[in-house]
Amino acid sequence: MSALLEVRNLTHWFGGLCAVSDFSVAVAPGELVGVIGPNGAGKTTVFNLITGVYRATSGSIRFGGEELVGRAPHAIARLGIARTFQNIRLFRDLSVLDNVRTALDGHARYGALEALGRFGRFGGEEQRIIAEARELLALLKLDHLAGEAACNLPYGLQRRLEIARALALRPRLLLLDEPAAGMNPNEIGQLMEFIAWVRTRFDLTILLIEHQMRLVMGICERLAVLDFGATIAAGTPAEVRADPKLLEAYLGVEDPAGDREGCAP
Amino acid sequence: MIRDRKPPVSPFVKGEERGFAAWALPAAVLAGLSLSFAIPAYGLVNKYQQMILMYVGINIILAVSLNLVNGYMGEFSLGSAGFMAVGAYTASFVTVRLLPAAFVHLALAPDALLCWGFPLAVLAGGLMAALFGLLVAFPSFKTRGDYLALVTLAFLMIVKSAIENLDVIGGPRGFLGMKRLTTLPWVYAWTVLTLLVIRNFVYSRFGRGVLAVREDEIAAELTGVDTRRAKFLAFTLSAFFSGVAGGLFAHLLQFISPRVFDIIKSTDVLIMVYLGGIASIGGSVLGATLYTVLLEALRPSAVAWAFGWLPPALLEPLNTHVIAHLNVWRMVIMPLLLVLVMLYRPRGIMGLREMRWLVPRRDREATGR
Repeated sequence: MSALLEVRNLTHWFGGLCAVSDFSVAVAPGELVGVIGPNGAGKTTVFNLITGVYRATSGSIRFGGEELVGRAPHAIARLGIARTFQNIRLFRDLSVLDNVRTALDGHARYGALEALGRFGRFGGEEQRIIAEARELLALLKLDHLAGEAACNLPYGLQRRLEIARALALRPRLLLLDEPAAGMNPNEIGQLMEFIAWVRTRFDLTILLIEHQMRLVMGICERLAVLDFGATIAAGTPAEVRADPKLLEAYLGVEDPAGDREGCAP
Repeated sequence: MIRDRKPPVSPFVKGEERGFAAWALPAAVLAGLSLSFAIPAYGLVNKYQQMILMYVGINIILAVSLNLVNGYMGEFSLGSAGFMAVGAYTASFVTVRLLPAAFVHLALAPDALLCWGFPLAVLAGGLMAALFGLLVAFPSFKTRGDYLALVTLAFLMIVKSAIENLDVIGGPRGFLGMKRLTTLPWVYAWTVLTLLVIRNFVYSRFGRGVLAVREDEIAAELTGVDTRRAKFLAFTLSAFFSGVAGGLFAHLLQFISPRVFDIIKSTDVLIMVYLGGIASIGGSVLGATLYTVLLEALRPSAVAWAFGWLPPALLEPLNTHVIAHLNVWRMVIMPLLLVLVMLYRPRGIMGLREMRWLVPRRDREATGR
């Protein structure tokens, strides 16, 4: 099966520091793959390279057969790669509806002149975007907050809105950067169900970064383990869990119970 | 909740009680237009007050267009006066040099036709300023915040010294010969056009892109917003209308010189924007009106006129102790007012909020507000 996302020999240097070194991963359509590793291992850098925030020093990133290295981030986003952030980055002063609408705007078909004069395709397209945004918000149970400024939402709902905004791009690949950050075990359980639901409902391929072992081991089908920018282990969660290199670099001494959470410092 | 479940937008949904009828706004605009013709025709207010009205309109255009960059896009541009100068000089050059020459060439009577060439001249001023806005947009791709503010300041200084060194347009001596072509109806028409176009821009996908740039540039890009296009559009549109304001200003004052378009002029517009409120068209209308009218109203002659009904026994001490000193104090009162607004309303009077009549119906109903 051909991969939806194929990262090959990705290397990135920040000045004299090698943040990602020779990283490769292939994600098949519909898969849920996790990237784990201690803080500073280069996980978020990988996301920034895939989404075009940074330009890779060398290596290639192919998405649905197209090379992404060198493209502008917004062009990559419109190809169908959406992401969330480790620390929530919503449009804080904009309404919940406008956060989602901004992402949908990439699909709107009207020109600048039509917008300035409010004629032609403008009305129909705007109406369609509003309807679509409201539908998405309803699906994620955020519709009663449509007019609220994003910054007024409680933390959990802000995370959900960030996912809603990402989904509004109509992505094929969703990158989740530590979706469980700051959540308690109970909320993590709900999040796992939510991610599984989103994945089937929107027919998504998901790549996620996470520290919470319970979440990673629970929902990921395959894992890649990064340390100091290099891949040190890869495989199914069971294989990775048994890999001594991982235990050494990341988990430290094995917990007899085997289900300790938040192993990272 | 039930209201939320209704299809959000339908052409048949009647606005709620607090909404406006669809014809109310066009009717008000038309009423304003007829008033703008009636005021000079019937002398409803005196010439001086008519001039203040025209300055109010020009300042509204300046404030709303600057708000697009400073309020909606969250950058800090000091270039207003620069774009205004480009517009003023271009429009003046067209009406003083180009059009009369063209009329002679075509064997037409120049004076009678000049008033019809005027909108073209103002348009030319706007377009030329937009061209310069485009130039300023390029550095904004690479830099932002304080550094972009410095770039716009540099732009203003370049424009000023370029004009000082261009002998064709009078250099440091200034440029004159403009007829007083700016009339109340023209100012009104351009003001309405500015408000309409910028309102339409803000409530479109392009405007939301500009807002997203302000909120979080990286997140905007990763949400599919072409941030370069957003900046390019915002700077160009803003510069265009600042140039239009310059063209109108030049044909009201009938004399322009590089000194007119200095940093103080930019600061005036900044004050109007931040007084009225960032990211609010209604706020800029309010800010420009308040600032212009208050500065005039605090002139000794205006205050003396306003209190003219007082008996002489009261008016006399008022005159000697208060009104006579106003020329000094009005420059204290205005900044003081600004400090107070910033203390109690840090984002300006209307900061980040919009007057209901300016929000398109579809957007009003979309959020159920």
